[in-house]
Amino acid sequence: MRYALLVYETEAGVKGRGDPDYQAAYKAYIDAIYGSGVAIAGSGLQDAATTTTTFRLVHGERQIQDGPFADTKEQLAGFFLIDVPDLDKALEWAARCPSTSRGGIVEIRLALEQPT
Amino acid sequence: MHPAELAARASYGRLLSILAVKTHDLAGAEDALADAFLAALTRWPVDGVPRNPDAWLLTAARRRLVDAARRRRTRDEKHVLLQVNADGDAAADDGDFFGDERLRLLFVCAHPSIDAAARTPLMLQTVLGLDAARIATALRVAPKTMGQRLWRAKTKIRELRISFDVAAEDLPERSFAVLEAIYAAFGSGWEDVAGQAAASRGLTEEAIWLARLTVRLLPEEPEARGLLALMLFAEARAKARRGEDGAYIPLTEQDPSRWDPRCIAEAEAILKEAARMGCVGSLQLEAAVQSAHVDARRSGSRDDHGLSLLYEALVQMAPTLGVRVAHAIALSNTEGPARGLERLDAIGSAHDYQPYWSARAHLLERLGRLDEAREAYNRAAGLAEEDGIRRWLLAKKRALGGTAGASGANRDGV
Repeated sequence: MRYALLVYETEAGVKGRGDPDYQAAYKAYIDAIYGSGVAIAGSGLQDAATTTTTFRLVHGERQIQDGPFADTKEQLAGFFLIDVPDLDKALEWAARCPSTSRGGIVEIRLALEQPT
Repeated sequence: MHPAELAARASYGRLLSILAVKTHDLAGAEDALADAFLAALTRWPVDGVPRNPDAWLLTAARRRLVDAARRRRTRDEKHVLLQVNADGDAAADDGDFFGDERLRLLFVCAHPSIDAAARTPLMLQTVLGLDAARIATALRVAPKTMGQRLWRAKTKIRELRISFDVAAEDLPERSFAVLEAIYAAFGSGWEDVAGQAAASRGLTEEAIWLARLTVRLLPEEPEARGLLALMLFAEARAKARRGEDGAYIPLTEQDPSRWDPRCIAEAEAILKEAARMGCVGSLQLEAAVQSAHVDARRSGSRDDHGLSLLYEALVQMAPTLGVRVAHAIALSNTEGPARGLERLDAIGSAHDYQPYWSARAHLLERLGRLDEAREAYNRAAGLAEEDGIRRWLLAKKRALGGTAGASGANRDGV
């Protein structure tokens, strides 16, 4: 089963990324999640201020808006796409994510089956 | 804390047990008790806290049960009404065969026809009053799955009319599941080092208390004593396992003067009692391992050979991943790190098991294979769920010096 682990961090969490301890913890996590053959893809994302445009159709018309949407305290800071047998395993990997010990949260989403 | 909340924490399991045992309806008893607590939350601040909060809650809950039964107008109605009304002041209802209705409920939850995966969570919820979300977190199961599992188990208890009169001959058969659940409750309280989760506060003491009760109920079962001794050994060291700043301190580096000597003495005595009964089980063996570790730290000399033998026996009896990793370490102390590493190599499928990588790192370090040791510490840190342990492992890695292993670095720029 493919799951997306969506890592949300607080503003303080995002600002604390330069902390060498935090970087070491993340490096270890990334090495473990790839080393265990679980992760398919993933990436950290830059600061939400780099959100430039969002796109939507309103009544068939294109609307392009400047970001970011600053009305949430937590922002998407990174994600992993993993392949594990079940949700319990996905929960285990989410619990290991270093962001969770710094006030961040990890949302787990089941990915759509890929069309064959 | 609000008096109703205090009463909830202290009495939930006991009150629920009393109600459920009378009606044989766990889910109904839970609803009634929840209503009673809700009433207490609104009434007590106005009317004042009653002199006997438990009795007040029990009376209120009974009234709900009677109302509910009346509403349902089932054929069972009279039966339920009779049972609910039959007993007088049920707060003083303890003191029969089980010594406590909570223990009776534990054995009901261990009924063979209840899904094995549901037994421990069911016991945690009904007897210790943990909510489904907290149990899901502790046992690392999705909350929705846990909710469904619990719901199915309760429905089964009601629909199969599983007997609440547990016969004495059923006890030994179910005792393992009960011991397992008590140990799980203890583990859930134990892992919550910081004590942040209100629901798990006091959980370790509660588990120890239940184990004491089980020992009294099953005097012929040495494993009940084994479990009690095992938990007492752990509890004795509770204050020593974290530094001032919350940093993780492994057993081998703890300060024995911070251990609780009375607790250890009791554990030793109980373990001896169990051993005299002449039937060794895995819980007694694990307690014996704890005893050996405690002894080693106090006397300054470790009986490596004895420890290795204990693990050898445990591997025979209960070859869990944890036991096999611990055995490899024990073996490395008698026959050298290379032998221990060999053992670890023989364990397949441990890619995502943190203690495996910690053990591996430790042995590689002893063998002077520092680059590999660094990588293993890194891997272990990446698998750690607790920040304190993660930091400790990364510090070990740093202490080995050298450059960070290049593999995997900067794969993702978080």
